[in-house]
Amino acid sequence: MEIDPFIFRLSIFILSIFIGYYVVWSVTPSLHTPLMSVTNAISSVIIVGAIIAGLAGDSDDIFNTSSIFGFLAISLAAINIFGGFLVTQRMLAMYKKKKKDK
Amino acid sequence: MLSANLSAIFYLISGVLFILALRGLSSPETSRQGNFFGILGMIIAITVTFLSIGNFSTGFVAILIFLLIGGLIGAYIAYKIPMTAMPELVAGFHSLVGLAAVFVAIAAFLNPDAFNLGSPGNIKLGSLIEMSIGAAVGAITFSGSIIAFLKLQGIMSGSPITFRGQHLLNALILISIIVITYLLCSTQSSNLFWVLLIISFLIGFLLIIPIGGADMPVVISMLNSYSGWAAAGIGFTLENTALIITGALVGSSGAILSYIMCKGMNRSFFNVILGGFGATEQSTSSQNKEQKPVKSGNADDAAFLMKNASSVIIVPGYGMAVAQAQHALREMVDTLKKNDIKVSYAIHPVAGRMPGHMNVLLAEANVPYDEVFELEEINNDFANADVAFVIGANDVTNPVAKTDPQSPIYGMPVLDVEKCKSVLFVKRSLSPGYAGIDNDLFYKENTLMLFADAKKMTEDITKNL
Repeated sequence: MEIDPFIFRLSIFILSIFIGYYVVWSVTPSLHTPLMSVTNAISSVIIVGAIIAGLAGDSDDIFNTSSIFGFLAISLAAINIFGGFLVTQRMLAMYKKKKKDK
Repeated sequence: MLSANLSAIFYLISGVLFILALRGLSSPETSRQGNFFGILGMIIAITVTFLSIGNFSTGFVAILIFLLIGGLIGAYIAYKIPMTAMPELVAGFHSLVGLAAVFVAIAAFLNPDAFNLGSPGNIKLGSLIEMSIGAAVGAITFSGSIIAFLKLQGIMSGSPITFRGQHLLNALILISIIVITYLLCSTQSSNLFWVLLIISFLIGFLLIIPIGGADMPVVISMLNSYSGWAAAGIGFTLENTALIITGALVGSSGAILSYIMCKGMNRSFFNVILGGFGATEQSTSSQNKEQKPVKSGNADDAAFLMKNASSVIIVPGYGMAVAQAQHALREMVDTLKKNDIKVSYAIHPVAGRMPGHMNVLLAEANVPYDEVFELEEINNDFANADVAFVIGANDVTNPVAKTDPQSPIYGMPVLDVEKCKSVLFVKRSLSPGYAGIDNDLFYKENTLMLFADAKKMTEDITKNL
């Protein structure tokens, strides 16, 4: 009997939850705000689905109902990707150690 | 065109890079590198998607245009947003993830062929279930985050909105979501799909309106978690490893943050979610304590106390963010340091409107992060410090949480500010904090109240030092 590929995806999912659990507990509390903005940015990898939907239109009719939703989702996800990573970068650049000149 | 196996490997790589992005945040030194890994993972995922479809016709150009529009808006926001507005920004971003998940689910439902999920009206059962879950959670994330955004932005009142039968209504809607999902999967009816989306939007809205402004740290973390689960649901539909891994990471990250926030308030998750905190307790506590004497002072008195201190601990709270006082505060601290006074900062886990809110504001004001401490690290130091300077915080310093089992905040971990030799309390009035209870600290022998705007008071103190 063959194993349904769904089971493999489920395994990846469950194991990733555990990885997430341990990795996030090791995040220092002072970086919890950047953590939220960066998780925001990476969850926008959902853009992958939006791109598939957007490219599914026929070549003579690229704007069918399905692909329009795809295009809109691309823009939304792109706001998040650029906004999320850049604002995280901006925040992280501000975290500085004490100057050692004393 | 990339083979399916090869692209799956690349998606796995981008998933691993996302894990490393979060791993980097374990310390500020590695965090910037972590962010770079995240960006790299995203570039790989997007590029691989284009290559695996291999269709670079007119649709490709349209996609680049939409990508560019979104990217420009996102970049503009990221550069313009003031650091005090981070909670609103994050809530807004969550709503976008939720809506994007909904749109992708709609696209997949309307055109399942493109995703290899069957044909319209005959979508594979498993995919349809995954799609429905992704769409419903996405919709809840969207409308919930919009409400959170409006409350944080002040467009909507931060006070809880409650009405009779609220919990019953919510329960009924949640049950109907499950029933409709079941019917949708057995009939494949597109009408049911739209109904599912609409009631999911509705429940997201209803779930967040009864939650008060100061509980927003929990709400934002919870919505963060939801946006992850929505992404994971879509990831299962698309059979995409990068999306499944990311969804699981973000989902558990948000859940852990919610847990930390709830623990910081000593409240159960359900207590926060069911809402209405603060509205009920207010009447009982604030009446009989009005007559107590309060010592109030001015900037001159405060400066005198601090000048004679050898160590000062600063306790910032949401009021500092509202008054934008972080830069003025840093200047005051610089002056203190010139006088060889040791200064450190104490941050309560739920200070501000989102996890880590105060840390970002202090970092923005160029406060070195190794002078900023968490509650457990610094709480014992209060007994040895000369002055505690409480700026914009209230409930998180209330000793009642340790002494009065009747108090609604009893058991909440608080900063032991009262153990300091003297306490300076910058506040606009004697009004109780969010929990609606009086702070005993105001009436303590060694407390000096400084009634003023946080920023102005801090500037005045600096002048007097």
